[in-house]
Amino acid sequence: MEKLDKIISTAVPMPIEDVDTDQIIPARFLKAVSKEGFGENLFRDWRYTQDGNQVADFVLNNDTYGGKILVAGRNFGCGSSREHAAWALADYGFRVVISSFFADIFRGNALNNGILPLQVSQQTLDEIFKTIENNPNALLEIDVEKQTLQINDKSVTFDIDPYKKVCLINGYDDIDYLLSIKNDIEYFEKNRIFSL
Amino acid sequence: MTLFEKIWNAHIVRAIDKNRDVIYIDKHLIHEVTSPQAFDGLRSRGLGIFRKERILATADHNVPTLNQHLPIEEPLSRLQVEKLTQNCTEFDVHLYGLGHEYQGIVHVIGPELGITLPGMTIVCGDSHTSTHGAFGNIAFGIGTSQVEQVMATQCLILERPKTMRINVNGKLGKGVSAKDIILFIIAKLTAAGGTGYFVEYAGEAIRSLSMEARMTICNMSIEMGARGGMIAPDDVTFEYIKGRKFAPSGTRWEEALAYWKTLYSDADAVFDAEFSFDAADIAPMVTYGTNPGMGMRISDTISLENNSESNIKSLAYMGMTAGESMIGKKIQNVFIGSCTNSRIEDLREVAAFVTGKQKASHVKVYIVPGSKQVEIQAKAEGLDRIFADAGFELREPGCSACLGMNEDKIPTGEYCVSTSNRNFEGRQGPGARTILASPLMAAAAAINGEIVDIRNYLN
Ligand code: SF4
Repeated sequence: MEKLDKIISTAVPMPIEDVDTDQIIPARFLKAVSKEGFGENLFRDWRYTQDGNQVADFVLNNDTYGGKILVAGRNFGCGSSREHAAWALADYGFRVVISSFFADIFRGNALNNGILPLQVSQQTLDEIFKTIENNPNALLEIDVEKQTLQINDKSVTFDIDPYKKVCLINGYDDIDYLLSIKNDIEYFEKNRIFSL
Repeated sequence: MTLFEKIWNAHIVRAIDKNRDVIYIDKHLIHEVTSPQAFDGLRSRGLGIFRKERILATADHNVPTLNQHLPIEEPLSRLQVEKLTQNCTEFDVHLYGLGHEYQGIVHVIGPELGITLPGMTIVCGDSHTSTHGAFGNIAFGIGTSQVEQVMATQCLILERPKTMRINVNGKLGKGVSAKDIILFIIAKLTAAGGTGYFVEYAGEAIRSLSMEARMTICNMSIEMGARGGMIAPDDVTFEYIKGRKFAPSGTRWEEALAYWKTLYSDADAVFDAEFSFDAADIAPMVTYGTNPGMGMRISDTISLENNSESNIKSLAYMGMTAGESMIGKKIQNVFIGSCTNSRIEDLREVAAFVTGKQKASHVKVYIVPGSKQVEIQAKAEGLDRIFADAGFELREPGCSACLGMNEDKIPTGEYCVSTSNRNFEGRQGPGARTILASPLMAAAAAINGEIVDIRNYLN
């Protein structure tokens, strides 16, 4: 997993609520058998018409905005457990998603792929949207170690699970940890109360 | 302790910090869509499957629902299903592939084969794994990285969720089913109302339900954002499991039963949140928007209160107007299927209603059984003939138009009354407009060619 400790970038605003995983990556693009190339189809049906033409007013097609940070409305990533949604965001180049609320499975999948789901208050989110709207070149600065997000010379702190923070900063995967405790797992299997 | 805590605690391999444990997984179900990258991961790390007796595979998401004996036509779908077969062969994973008598939607076959049991931890790379919780276990969807972790170690590092209890008290009215209960709850709590929680459903109305109906409820827990849903096991549960193909038998059955009877929330158990609803307030439900929280009683009108940009966008997509009734809305498609409502009881209920009736001529009806076993049973009971007489087509099992990964897609702009669980934009095909409802409401819409209140059509 790619490390993420600090990031300074412009951001892409998407003030839409309840963005579900079927919008992030429609089901028909889940037919791949590898993790590569999903970025091309990120937000496919909002980005392109059915004949494959760009939808001019969709934010990813608007050259005014760019960067490694996506700012989205409340309840981002609801819906399916498809990790393809996180792969698509990462493959497109996003390392951080900022929202006022994230769906559980998406949050976990993002963290497992080196993407930071950064949750802020609704008020802060609205401020961020306003700032980007006024100045698409506004820079957001995120420090994972300090758990701070800086915008407009203002700094807000965000929460991150301590275990996940260590994983993100160092690029560790859960699987490395689990493989290192095989003895505990076998001990559990032999001593559990009831097993089928 | 709550039921959830009892099961969670019995699966802690090691505590990592105060909120996070390494949890042992009893059953791991896999399918073709979310597993190939996990197998690749194992390969690149030089690992195998840690506990082969605890993993089971089936092909469901991509499979055609006609002519399953022929090779899959769509090349990418075929590749994904073939890849599953290759991976299962290489890693020695038990597979119920296309054509096998036990093949079907992963959440339908687990319960019907007696693989899903109380007290277990069950995972699958699919959010509707919550379905299995109807048996009183902890079942939830995981991402592909976690699929790989379970394959390699039979464990996951998990944050302990908060617990919620939802009580549905009293008795259900005529024409009101499990699907209506859960759509009603989600409409009340919203599509994000359960985020961070694991839900236990309780109360008289829940207790009165069959196992299949309980599965419908738990299935949709994820649609309010919850990690999973569960219902404490009781005699209805034990009766359902007994004698199934892989259920324990003999002395193992007695031991299991003794353990399962300890699985309930204690009288003094404390939940982080609790809600109560009265069954009498629930009516047949329909959704009018593009998330499952946008549902209403068929007797109500589309809410005028929400003026958010998202709501306006959603209504425009659906071709709906705030303030209007859904009754009389012309529809073009009906889909009866998916892991929410594709079991034999659903098919029986639909068949009983449509016997001697004809579908409206402009409506296309898909009936897709959840598994080969359901299909075989439906045919044995002659339901296929009843459907054929009504102009309904009984197909072969799979996820089908629930997510349109195979050929079964709803054309752009058309309405589909669907017994599935998600009405997201484009879920059933680009531009498709999904109206979620119960099997009875869907059947009635098929006959009338428009949305009706089922209660006016029952004796
Ligand atoms: S039927 Fe639909 S919701 Fe259920 S597993 Fe298949 S695609 Fe997912």
